[in-house]
Amino acid sequence: MARVIVDVMPKPELLDPQGKAVAGALPRLGFTQFQAVRQGKRFELESTEAASPELLAAAREAAVTVLSNPVIEDVVSVRFDPAADAVPQDPA
Amino acid sequence: MTVRVGVVTFPGTLDDRDALRAVRLAGAEGVSLWHADKSLRQVDAVILPGGFSYGDYLRAGAIARFAPVMESIVEAAHGGLPVLGICNGFQVLTESHLLPGSMVKNDHLTFVCREQRLLVENNRTAWTNRFAAGQEITIPLKNQDGQFVADAATLDRLEAEGRVVFRYQGWNPNGSRRDIAGITNQAGNVVGLMPHPEHAVEPGFGPDSAAGRRAGQDGLAFFASLVTHLTATPAPA
Repeated sequence: MARVIVDVMPKPELLDPQGKAVAGALPRLGFTQFQAVRQGKRFELESTEAASPELLAAAREAAVTVLSNPVIEDVVSVRFDPAADAVPQDPA
Repeated sequence: MTVRVGVVTFPGTLDDRDALRAVRLAGAEGVSLWHADKSLRQVDAVILPGGFSYGDYLRAGAIARFAPVMESIVEAAHGGLPVLGICNGFQVLTESHLLPGSMVKNDHLTFVCREQRLLVENNRTAWTNRFAAGQEITIPLKNQDGQFVADAATLDRLEAEGRVVFRYQGWNPNGSRRDIAGITNQAGNVVGLMPHPEHAVEPGFGPDSAAGRRAGQDGLAFFASLVTHLTATPAPA
């Protein structure tokens, strides 16, 4: 069992409209410490295979071909979740 | 010869019926194509209509790109099949790499629905030959993720090669780079645009125009152009 975490962010040179909207809301709620927000996406890819360089390479391939669009987004991180083998905990 | 035009329905497509009706009003035969079926049913052209395929999940058009029917459409488009992508269909065309660039959320963050003025800059495509170059038209626009973006080199190439087909006039409704509303590929058979020509094809249901309220039919020429294109050039063997 392995879980790969992929982080995708909008390209820095593109205005991120969603991040801008969140940045506008923060001070209205009293969070005046933050002046800018960028909003990205996190994917968790689950596999019945054990963690291996090949599995990570497959995840990288999926990240640049499907999970992100290189015209507007960057894949900033593709990594194994070290806690993937842990028994899921009931958050309650 | 009756021109047969396929209109694709994905899960979440909204404007397939309108596109089929527009095709019929232009004198062609509308043929429904299903996303899960690879067959193009021997159509002479394909329209990817507007809507929210797969709920715009992942990115607008991103999942539709991998539908079985798209495999056939991409291959046929490279062979010269005329393809028109409207709104979500334009997003599918960029995700499929048939057209460059991409669409992100409107710069003002809100959904926009309005009667939009456009300048037709390229009347040499399969879908615009019935317009005059420099003609101004008005058709409806309705989108959430309509801001066309591409890097400066891509934009410069599009401009230099005359591949900007439509430009927003009066007001840029979504922050699109260089007011670009629609573009074409190098061959001119694939065209994508955000506004909706299929919603301006019959009196009583179009935008307001000089001819009267809701009388605008500027969209009809898109589909009439296709008929002209296909009947004026020899059909592929």
